Amino acid sequence: MKKTGAQILCESLIAEGVDVMFGFPGGVLLPFYDTLPQYPQIRHILVRHEQGAAHAADGYARATGRVGVCMATSGPGATNLVTGIANAYLDSVPMVAITGQVVRAQIGKDAFQEIDITGITLPITKHSYVVMDAAQLAKTVKEAFYIARTGRPGPVLIDIPKDVFTDLAESTSPEKVDLPGYKIPTHGHPTQLKNAVKMISEAKRPLVIAGRGVIISGASAELKEFAERAQMPVITTLLGIGSFPENHVLSYGMAGMHGTGYANKALEECDLLIAIGMRFDDRVTGKISGFAPNAKIIHIDLDPAEIGKNVHVDVPIVGDVGAVLRDMHKILETGSHVDWLEQLDEWRKQHPILDIHDSTGLLPQYIIHELYEATHGDAIVVTGVGQHQMWTAQHYIFHSPDSFISSGGLGTMGFGLPAAMGAKVGRPEKMVWLIDGDGSFQMTIQELATLVQDNIDVKIAIINNGFLGMVRQWQDLFYKKNYVATPISCPDFIKVAEAYCIAGLQVTEREEVRPAIMKAMEHKGPFVLNFMVEPEENVYPMVPPGASNIEFLEQPKKEVTTWPRRSTR
Amino acid sequence: MATTKHTLVAIVNDKPGVLNRVVSLFRRRGFNIDSIAVGHSETPHLSRVTIIVNGTTATVEQVRKQLDKLIDVVKIYDITSEKLTGRELALVKVKANSATRSEILEIADIFRANIVDVASDSLTIEITGDEDKISSMLQLLHGFGIKEIARTGRVAMVRGALGAPSAEDKPASQRARK
Repeated sequence: MKKTGAQILCESLIAEGVDVMFGFPGGVLLPFYDTLPQYPQIRHILVRHEQGAAHAADGYARATGRVGVCMATSGPGATNLVTGIANAYLDSVPMVAITGQVVRAQIGKDAFQEIDITGITLPITKHSYVVMDAAQLAKTVKEAFYIARTGRPGPVLIDIPKDVFTDLAESTSPEKVDLPGYKIPTHGHPTQLKNAVKMISEAKRPLVIAGRGVIISGASAELKEFAERAQMPVITTLLGIGSFPENHVLSYGMAGMHGTGYANKALEECDLLIAIGMRFDDRVTGKISGFAPNAKIIHIDLDPAEIGKNVHVDVPIVGDVGAVLRDMHKILETGSHVDWLEQLDEWRKQHPILDIHDSTGLLPQYIIHELYEATHGDAIVVTGVGQHQMWTAQHYIFHSPDSFISSGGLGTMGFGLPAAMGAKVGRPEKMVWLIDGDGSFQMTIQELATLVQDNIDVKIAIINNGFLGMVRQWQDLFYKKNYVATPISCPDFIKVAEAYCIAGLQVTEREEVRPAIMKAMEHKGPFVLNFMVEPEENVYPMVPPGASNIEFLEQPKKEVTTWPRRSTR
Repeated sequence: MATTKHTLVAIVNDKPGVLNRVVSLFRRRGFNIDSIAVGHSETPHLSRVTIIVNGTTATVEQVRKQLDKLIDVVKIYDITSEKLTGRELALVKVKANSATRSEILEIADIFRANIVDVASDSLTIEITGDEDKISSMLQLLHGFGIKEIARTGRVAMVRGALGAPSAEDKPASQRARK
């Protein structure tokens, strides 16, 4: 039986297991939205800006491991998705973005709201399609989801002209996806595995650095066994946070620009670095020539193009992280590195990161710590981008791979609120906290309305310092405190929340922090906490841009006094 | 590290926009294309792209891997180290009058080039060969005044019966390594 393109699209989405999509309608999408109610299996969440749809699909995908779906109309709707698609591309997030296009006869004529969105997104999508024939829709959707979720995941864009939605066609979808040009590596090369195991058994000071690839592969258990078996310390990248439980005795936190001093010291001193599912981003390597200068490097990654891209690798292993680690376990002897671990513990004492210095003002680090205590580390924590993001990475202790959602590669301010929304929609049983900055929050604040209309229970903690804090910090440290364009005003966030019918509380004192958090958690529905924090607090440690990791700056010493803390690791 | 010319052969889907994807990747990653030649392959729906790229071995390896990730690139090989037959075609329109015409014809003859068009004040010469041969002839013709040059860029093939790559086979080098 023939069906319309819109019906075929809906049925194809359902066949891929889609039960929710984030979208915003428009002229060329009218036939699709007209059809959508025939398929109540698909929950459509109306965002307030298409960027929010893309970030929500991104947050949904990271929280669930499934493909996130977003939709926008042609022209400005499509271009508004671009930042969100780029964000997903750089962080390898599985996403299918569907855009409407002007009718086929008008393509290329600069029609109203016509834009070449496949051209615009060419360098930020894993693949893209323009569907010029309704009969091709089912096959295209199947391929798009397959490409988005397999191998190294990423966003796939499908552009559909308006009249393809209304055309009648037989809906035929192939049993299997046939893409001869698409290869997915699985197991690592046996010789390289042997080489790696030999190097591990011979190393005196081995160090594991884990990235988001471990989380994507679902290989946290394998990573834990790997580290425990050979008794190797584990550090992570920003997006690798959660891949290894941070309360584990072998965990030494995050490395890189705002990483722990002891993680960066370990990078300096290790004689073998085992990099797993990470891509040597400049924020984690610091100056390349000073990166892990005494180490041989084993690099395990699914994407062959990442091997040798930024650093020289001694043993490349191309394969799925989980499969590679399972194969290695079969030949890896147990090991022990007592002296090396003691050395790291010594460095941890010398460069404590969890200690918070004394201050008369309200400190962001303290708030994050209290959030960790109050949620028992069991929440999904989503962040925007900036100082608050780094404080969250440092002071919230993440136990599980699905618990930290943040924009790493693109560093997208405004990511937080819509991503938290997507995460909560995907994992309604989990408590979802958004920790955001006053700058980041204002970039996508309109999605508060979406929270209300679609009844999405996100708890929001705004770390409000009245500055674009991370940029101000760089001005402070490297531009003689010339604070240009970084002081930023904001509306009364509690009044704004109230206007959206969302409850909120302003917090200015340390003693109010925990009760306010508890109140937000007990409240049914979204809640906004506006924490008025110390305006000129800096994130430490910090590796100055262009410096080696070992040259990290620490909190100026005189300020450091240790607070009594309810619990540590 | 020393840069050298590498010859990449890619078998790609013959679909709209595929060449754009290939070329756009070079631009985006800051790699420079020396020449690129595209045409049908021996298999329907697959095109063969020959790309000459100047770079260090590491850079070109990165280019190859990035291109290999494109869904529409079915296969890609760096055949630089293979025994190659590489050919380019050029059309050259050179100024000619009754005094110079015979000398130009002689040069064309030496290079086994063909005269494809004759006008009162010019000759158009078609020459096929490797880049050196074409450049040598152009150098000799330079003195007469060259009005126009059109070059295709190199197409290349591995020599010998087993010397694919075709759309179906792996190249000799990859077979040998296994």
